[in-house]
Amino acid sequence: MPQSSFVMFEEEYREITAAVEKLLREANAKCVYLVDKDGQLISSSGETKDIDATSLASLTAGNIAATGGLAKLIGEKEFSILFHEGERDNLHISVVGQRVILVVIFDKRSSLGLVRLRVKKASEELGRSIQKLLDRMAADADKENLLKEITDDDIERLFH
Amino acid sequence: MSFINYSSREINCKIVYYGPGLCGKTTNLQFIYRKTRPEAKGKMITLATETERTLFFDFLPLSLGDIKGFKTRFHLYTVPGQIFYDASRKLILKGVDGIVFVADSQVERMDANIESFDNMKINLEEQGYSLSEIPYVVQYNKRDLPNVVPVAELKKVLNVNGVPDFEAVASDGAGVFETLKAVVKLVLIELKKGA
Repeated sequence: MPQSSFVMFEEEYREITAAVEKLLREANAKCVYLVDKDGQLISSSGETKDIDATSLASLTAGNIAATGGLAKLIGEKEFSILFHEGERDNLHISVVGQRVILVVIFDKRSSLGLVRLRVKKASEELGRSIQKLLDRMAADADKENLLKEITDDDIERLFH
Repeated sequence: MSFINYSSREINCKIVYYGPGLCGKTTNLQFIYRKTRPEAKGKMITLATETERTLFFDFLPLSLGDIKGFKTRFHLYTVPGQIFYDASRKLILKGVDGIVFVADSQVERMDANIESFDNMKINLEEQGYSLSEIPYVVQYNKRDLPNVVPVAELKKVLNVNGVPDFEAVASDGAGVFETLKAVVKLVLIELKKGA
């Protein structure tokens, strides 16, 4: 296998969620999501209860993947920012540290300029946290303990 | 790539249904969706054309219960089977943890099965995977039709590695959960092995 698991630890999770919440406030956004490029939701904040976060995560990842494919076709590495304008709500999607995707949903209480500015700032912070996480994943043995403890019986029991 | 979240205590894995056009990948997911308790499933997303051919992917999030206090969640995806959607298929294979290859058992679809299987191997290699390392199972679908190839022959061509394989009639659900269960098991065993 070319990649091992993506692992999220408590400490980094708190750090990342704090950065996401800060962005929500500073950008005057409705909600903010952080999504793994494979479509897994990492963290979210704001008015999220009416939005299906799992679907949002998977579609965002699909969107970024498709746009990345388009970028390669024309000789670009990637398009790091996508913006979708709606009648009421807008979507600002950006890639952070080549590994995760930041989704900001905002309405007329904010503006594209403000969101872009705040996203840029937050991306630096999030990029550092993600890098820390990746370093820890490479070094840490925590996840191995959990996975090693899984028995065949545990797996079998899932289906009963 | 599996995602283990210690904070929300979740293990997330990605399973992709691969196979030639009209072999029944979406039908597999639709049956799983219909037969799963509401609390164990999320919304099923289908990105299809107006004629209900998969355009980009179908997506179904599924919860399967706890292991060692961790919730296990599986994200099921299908690829578009039609040949010219190859670029999309490559994207969907990114980060895959396990594959179900769905074959169409009808005699006239044999070439399409082989072509799709070879295409899967090539696309996996492009992503840095190798079929011998990735957990996968094979499903021989549409066994209820009159013009099907005998399973022994399908095996010879599509299952040279001797992975778990299943006969199915996805439209009425036969073999669908057996297939899913087998691939989930392989994925979890691989996850454990990789630790």
